[in-house]
Amino acid sequence: MSTQSESASSYWRENLRIITTYMVIWFAASYGCGILFVDELDKIQFFGFPLGFWFAQQGAIYVFIGLIWAYVFSMNRLDEKYDVHE
Amino acid sequence: MDQFYINLLFVGASFALYFGIAIWARAGSTKEFYVAGGGVHPVANGMATAADWMSAASFISMAGLIAAGGYANSTFLMGWTGGYVLLAMLLAPYLRKFGKFTVPDFIGDRFYSKPARLVAVACLIVASVTYVIGQMAGAGIAFSRFLEVDKDTGLVIASVVVFFYAVLGGMKGITYTQVAQYCVLIVAYTIPAIFISLELTGNPLPPLGLFSDHTASGMPLLAKLDQVVQDLGFAAYTADVPNKLNMVLFTLTLMIGTAGLPHVIIRFFTVPKVADARWSAGWALIFIALLYLTAPAVASMARLNLINTVYPNGVDAQPIQYEDRPEWMKTWEETQLIKFEDKNNDGRIQFYNDKADMSDKGWAGNELTYNRDILVLANPEIAQLPGWVIGLIAAGGLAAALSTAAGLLLAISSAVSHDLIKNSINPNISEKGELMAARASMTVAIVVATYLGMNPPGFAAQVVALAFGIAAASIFPVLMMGIFSKRINNKGAIAGMLAGLVTTLVYIFMYKGWFFIPGTANLPDNVDNWILGISPLSFGAIGAIINFTVAFVVSNATEEPPVEIQELVESVRYPKGAGAAVDH
Repeated sequence: MSTQSESASSYWRENLRIITTYMVIWFAASYGCGILFVDELDKIQFFGFPLGFWFAQQGAIYVFIGLIWAYVFSMNRLDEKYDVHE
Repeated sequence: MDQFYINLLFVGASFALYFGIAIWARAGSTKEFYVAGGGVHPVANGMATAADWMSAASFISMAGLIAAGGYANSTFLMGWTGGYVLLAMLLAPYLRKFGKFTVPDFIGDRFYSKPARLVAVACLIVASVTYVIGQMAGAGIAFSRFLEVDKDTGLVIASVVVFFYAVLGGMKGITYTQVAQYCVLIVAYTIPAIFISLELTGNPLPPLGLFSDHTASGMPLLAKLDQVVQDLGFAAYTADVPNKLNMVLFTLTLMIGTAGLPHVIIRFFTVPKVADARWSAGWALIFIALLYLTAPAVASMARLNLINTVYPNGVDAQPIQYEDRPEWMKTWEETQLIKFEDKNNDGRIQFYNDKADMSDKGWAGNELTYNRDILVLANPEIAQLPGWVIGLIAAGGLAAALSTAAGLLLAISSAVSHDLIKNSINPNISEKGELMAARASMTVAIVVATYLGMNPPGFAAQVVALAFGIAAASIFPVLMMGIFSKRINNKGAIAGMLAGLVTTLVYIFMYKGWFFIPGTANLPDNVDNWILGISPLSFGAIGAIINFTVAFVVSNATEEPPVEIQELVESVRYPKGAGAAVDH
């Protein structure tokens, strides 16, 4: 029983670590690149367009998609590892 | 063929499809009525979620908002997509594991409290009712423009269609209709966008066209747009905002509001397993992104197109004569959505920013005003696309409005029949009785929504403030704490929800009038009077912080939750065993 709950809590700890990592990227892509540092990024002309504006209207959305899919695969692996998948 | 018959054909065919699905997907049990039996494939659920989420506002209004605000209105793009990251990681899988029917179900059980459940029901109803009025009104407008019936008749037709598949099929009927509605709306949105992108930039993919060169001038499209809008006295399209704090808070309010909206959350109760809830979120965001990545391209291209229409020889030359205006302007003038007033009596349409003084050119003020919605609705006509594309836009706009309306109506009716009737008033109600109650609540909700759509109350225009503010300040934090903390107890949750809700509502009422009654505002609603420049629309994020803080402080000052509640929290954290959903 105690080993089971130990593995349960380490499953949860790993989940929290994955979430934290992805939330940092989530924040950086939208609030960081899209809002707070948009002026600095706009000075970089990436293929002739302002990078900050691109992040605010396109880039952030691509990052969000990438994050959810990365989370899906990370968690599926984690579920397998701890044998909590269905 | 006459445009009217083309529109009728497209709308009629899409409605016939919805009716067909309704008959095929009848609900036989409460589980089918509330969560479609829990057997929806994640890809289908992703599509249904996308249609559920993308409302008349996303389809008709968002591109117009971005066209008007440029960079500053990127908030809607990031806010209404970034919320899905929160939903996928912080809420959906655990709420699916919990395995019951409604959002107040979780709040009531996790915080072992009937008052907590009732506060959640109240928040859900206010947010959803405000939201649904806009959908009904949107359907009415789409009908009146494209099928030449008056707005109220259009609204009644829309309600009858929704009634048919929502009352008969519940979540099951709604889910599969939403899948069909997604296909209709995404095709309708992207086809005109592809044509316009090709025309302006030669690139068939609108999101890439946005960052390509403008064929006619050889300049990058955005640089060209910045140049012409500035020549007309407007702020540059890509210009930064003066107050970043407000922009951050507004985006955050939209994100956590999105994640906390009950009609979106319940979509994740319909899949078989916890892992499927995560997959669904991934698919949903891809389907949503198809529209959200296209919208900013439509926005900038439609704005440039409109300016080019008025100034065919460039903004330095004379604008067109009113008599020479294109056909689409005449059509839309009839709907009053675009208006011309010849202030300097020269017979030409001067279109520029009033605040810039152009009297040296002999201009006496801006002469063209338009409703922002026409940038999408009239898009095919502005770009001179064939008649069937216009028919497609009609069907698409209706699909967007109806799919969201149905999702909201289900959230409202299940809160009434399940949380109020079954779990609060009459716990002994039979399965059959509850199913009947669910259908009756749905019927009442549709009638009320139709009535409010015809006679919109003052708060109907406050969807962003009310629906997103409440979801952000009260529902999202309490759901998140219920999963990620074992220590938050009933008292903390209720105190937190009420604190978040009340502070947010008070801040909104201070600027927008108490209960939105005109003339009762304490302060003028403008940036000079906002505290730290925070708009009432951005306050939901602050309300959420207040909610978290109060819940934490109160819970720590009072007793721990009972052991069985701590075990419940443990169980929602681990995916195993969700397939055998809790029997009610």
